[in-house]
Amino acid sequence: MTLNDFKKRDCSGDYIFFEGEKKSENSWEVFQRVVKRTLKGELFVGLWVVLREMIRFDIHTLKYPAEKMEMGPRYRAIHRLLRLFESGSERCIGCGLCEKICIANCIRMETRIDEKSRKEVSEYSINFGRCIFCGYCAEVCPELAIVHGVEYENASEQRAHFGLKEDMLTPIDTFRAKEQKEFSGFGALSDHADENVKKTPLAY
Amino acid sequence: MFETAVIVETVVKAVIVVAVVAAMAGFATFIERKVLAFMQRRLGPMHVGPYGLLQLAADGIKLFTKEDIIPQNAIKPIFMIAPVVAATSAFVAMAAVPYFPEFTLFGYTIHPIISDINVALLYVMGVASVGIYGPLLAGMSSANKWSLLGAARAVVQMLSFEVVSGLSILAPIMLIGSLSLIDINDYQSGGITQWLIWKQPLAFVLFAVAGFMETNRAPFDTVEFEAEVVAGYATEYSGMRWGLFFIGEYANMITISVLVSIIFMGGYAPLGFIPGAVMMLLKVSFWIFLFLWVRAAWPHVRPDQLMWVCWKVMMPLAVVNILITGFVLI
Repeated sequence: MTLNDFKKRDCSGDYIFFEGEKKSENSWEVFQRVVKRTLKGELFVGLWVVLREMIRFDIHTLKYPAEKMEMGPRYRAIHRLLRLFESGSERCIGCGLCEKICIANCIRMETRIDEKSRKEVSEYSINFGRCIFCGYCAEVCPELAIVHGVEYENASEQRAHFGLKEDMLTPIDTFRAKEQKEFSGFGALSDHADENVKKTPLAY
Repeated sequence: MFETAVIVETVVKAVIVVAVVAAMAGFATFIERKVLAFMQRRLGPMHVGPYGLLQLAADGIKLFTKEDIIPQNAIKPIFMIAPVVAATSAFVAMAAVPYFPEFTLFGYTIHPIISDINVALLYVMGVASVGIYGPLLAGMSSANKWSLLGAARAVVQMLSFEVVSGLSILAPIMLIGSLSLIDINDYQSGGITQWLIWKQPLAFVLFAVAGFMETNRAPFDTVEFEAEVVAGYATEYSGMRWGLFFIGEYANMITISVLVSIIFMGGYAPLGFIPGAVMMLLKVSFWIFLFLWVRAAWPHVRPDQLMWVCWKVMMPLAVVNILITGFVLI
């Protein structure tokens, strides 16, 4: 869709406007309505619709534990800490912006100066009992280091199982296998966004 | 000696009919879940056995082993006997229904009907009406307001559809001059053009609609509609007593399918190269499928709409149909 398509307010092509059926006033009109509805064959339209779906056999069931839903990049699930593609070292520079902006006060990081006199993040944890998944931390991060993942299966014995640095950081084996995916940015659209978007009908 | 043979034959036939219909009723639950699922773009039961086929066994084991709870304030003997009434009346109605053309097995001619009585149709309709005592007794003895509402609706529904099904069936009977289902079947043995559906289309539609009401199927499932009366008369039932209601409902569906096939669609008359037994199976399967199809497609009606359509639309139409048939016959 181009910008002009969105600027065009007339959306009568795609939408069906239904004024409602006229109310019957006397018993003759009620009788007419009954006869009309009886002979209209709308019931057979209903039968055809479900039969068509059965013949088409376009099954939408997701056999959940075996198949999983693909989440869009906007989905805000358990956080991930990414590595630099060039060196494989952590992206996080320990600036503390995420800790500062977190409105639920659930991010906690500890930093120190390492032997090369560079700032290193020694501890990084998110308390997922408090986190409201607002996404501010990912939005504010200057290095795209902390991002939201798409992992939505968060059942465990302890909620701390997801929130420590070693849980969120891309494992070095995954990184070497080149399986770390770049975060497409906070609020990024999904791949098929253009196909799914439709104009909202506006009254003016 | 002859009488003993007849008794043995009848008992064997009765056992076969009950066993086969009960098994078919069980299988029909599976088919219903599958067909409804496919029509709603779902898969239905998939995990127990190949394509979920063993779901039947799982459901059966569950029904048989579930605790049989009888509520504290229920009227115990009536509460316990009601499901039996529902199931037996459904099976007893099948006694006068022919399923297949007669065939010879080991030099012995077998009539696949338990008892060829000359008032078969009247008998089937009568026993099927007795079946309404199941929901009625169950609802009134359960000490539960939903059950009572369900029972009240069952009675209202029965009073409404009985008139329609009785009057609509009268016109074909006037044409044929016999109540025996075998005579009705033989009347239409001359191929598709002889089917009564062409001579009596109105009676066919009315009887089919009344059949949907008699079996409490959507769109006339007011008796046990979940959104309004929980499970209606069966709210307080669990385990195999509830299972008996269920089997009774499916047995009723099969009876109605067989009746419609015989009265209006030529019954077990062979068609071209297709033998009569296969024709019968095809027709009954189609009607069972139609029951499920309609359930997937149509919304259900309110009890007052049901009564309205029965008394104000269908009954006058049935009477007009009889009148026209009578004039044509004279």
